[in-house]
Amino acid sequence: MKTHTIDELQEIAKEIRSDVVKMILKAGYGHPAGSLGMVDVFVALYYAVLMDSDKLVLSNGHICPALYSVMSHAGYFDHKHLFKLGEFNSILQGHPDKRFLPSLETTSGPLGSGLAQASGIAYCARMDKKRFRTYVITSDGEHDEGNHWEAVMFAGKNSLSNLTMIIDRNNIQIDDFTENVMPLEPLADKYKAFNWSVLEVDGHNIEEVVNACNKARAIYENPTAIIARTIPGKGVDFMENNPNWHAKAPNDQQAKLALNEIRTMQGKISPYGE
Amino acid sequence: MLNAKLNFSDNLFKKDIELKLMRDGFGHGLLEAGEKDERIVVLSADLKESTKANYFADKFPERFIEVGVAEQNLVTVASGMANYGKIPFCTSYAIFSPGRNWEQIRTTIGIDAYPVKIVGAQSGLNIGHYGVTHQALEDIALMRVIPNMNVIVPSDYLEAKKATLLMAQDNKPYYMRLPRIESPVYTTEKTPFKIGKANVLTESKNPEVTIFACGLMVYEALLAYKELYKNGIETIIINIHTIKPLDEETVIRYTKLTGAVVTIEEHQAFGGLGSAVSEVLSKNFPVAMEILAVQDRFGQSGKPEELFKEYGLTKEDIIKSVKKVIARKNT
Repeated sequence: MKTHTIDELQEIAKEIRSDVVKMILKAGYGHPAGSLGMVDVFVALYYAVLMDSDKLVLSNGHICPALYSVMSHAGYFDHKHLFKLGEFNSILQGHPDKRFLPSLETTSGPLGSGLAQASGIAYCARMDKKRFRTYVITSDGEHDEGNHWEAVMFAGKNSLSNLTMIIDRNNIQIDDFTENVMPLEPLADKYKAFNWSVLEVDGHNIEEVVNACNKARAIYENPTAIIARTIPGKGVDFMENNPNWHAKAPNDQQAKLALNEIRTMQGKISPYGE
Repeated sequence: MLNAKLNFSDNLFKKDIELKLMRDGFGHGLLEAGEKDERIVVLSADLKESTKANYFADKFPERFIEVGVAEQNLVTVASGMANYGKIPFCTSYAIFSPGRNWEQIRTTIGIDAYPVKIVGAQSGLNIGHYGVTHQALEDIALMRVIPNMNVIVPSDYLEAKKATLLMAQDNKPYYMRLPRIESPVYTTEKTPFKIGKANVLTESKNPEVTIFACGLMVYEALLAYKELYKNGIETIIINIHTIKPLDEETVIRYTKLTGAVVTIEEHQAFGGLGSAVSEVLSKNFPVAMEILAVQDRFGQSGKPEELFKEYGLTKEDIIKSVKKVIARKNT
């Protein structure tokens, strides 16, 4: 893997943010907030964490615009496909569909199942003494699902230390803020109580995300949950922290504004707290 | 007369015909499949003894995964394991799996056609005293409607065993439903069993009605056949052990032979065997037809024979329906 400087990775993240806005504008459909919020995590994973045979399961499939864009930048398919998101016969279906894009780990969208699938993969890897790691990205909203907690127990019971979950803790879901819909806090304590190791990072600090993933590699007792605090809509001022942008496409004017804002970031994303 | 090519048990119509659990057929088949193929793993949702997954668990503890009372997790963990190259068998009661975890089966197994085998035990009314909450009467419909899914309903111990061994070797998703109670072992090791190929159990030069049955109702149909034969009415009994893919060719051929059809299943009338047969016949050769099944009702507690009587799934009900379709055919 070619190593990139943090500056270079931030530049890539900026390009991916622009892609995401353009893709959703073109499709007239999509989930901009979660997609923009997870760009830095995806860049960290694809450019500095995932090794050859590692697996990445995207449980909250609705943020696939960000996944698709990072995959195209990483060379999985031609960049031109991005702007056929959700079109008939496109390899980039509206939610990730492995039949159309076999390089995906799973077909996903319905929430709450990805951790269980990733746990199944990690369980087999250990059975067969394979050294790869399994990563899974989950949303905070999908923590409402029972299936997810069944899998949390399963991974904890089996001490799946070859499994790392990155939780997109952006505090929004479709109807409202997560803490209004169904409070999740204290989230870290919940995972600790289920025999997981927990790390918390600024999900917009690529270096922190990479370091946490490396740290998780060295935890041999438990599966690790990395709670990545992110700002939904990150990079576009009027989308940030606004649940209305969970599942809404921008119009032409809004997209123009958004792209301009992303460009003027000069490749820099401010940390979570600012 | 009985189809001699099928090598039935000599005791077919005798009082002392051997009774065995189809669940044991599954458990024994699974053990044998596990010996042959190391890729096979078995997942249990806290019911390993009543699903008979315990035979495999005792022999291959390292390939047995206990997920707890968590049917959604049962099939989604299995999906991950199949994605990795394993052949998972998911074991629970039919009412919970596929009853509770249908969307997970559709999304994480059906769409990408992972070779996960879902085994639903204690299906149907025969679960008896457990009552309505545990009587899965909708599972065939739930599974049949998912593209890529294959659906097997064996009719005795040996069929359950043969089906288990065959589905273990077939790189596709499967659902197999199993009843709770013991039932007559009317087939033998030599009786052919091929997935997707219906077994024509009886032959006649002058048959009047074709009866399609599955599961425990196959033997009930054979009892009806015998009594009807005594009364001069000849029927063709067909065991549809594979609901999907349905053996359409056999369904059409033997319907053309008689021009009248009765189907019987321990399942809701909507979406089950009767529906599957009528979907084929309405396109190809519509005839007078009766569907014996649970008619859009819920079950209740009771002995299996009491429930079969209440819900119209007995030999007598078959005979009545046979006479009804003959009358309709002749008007």
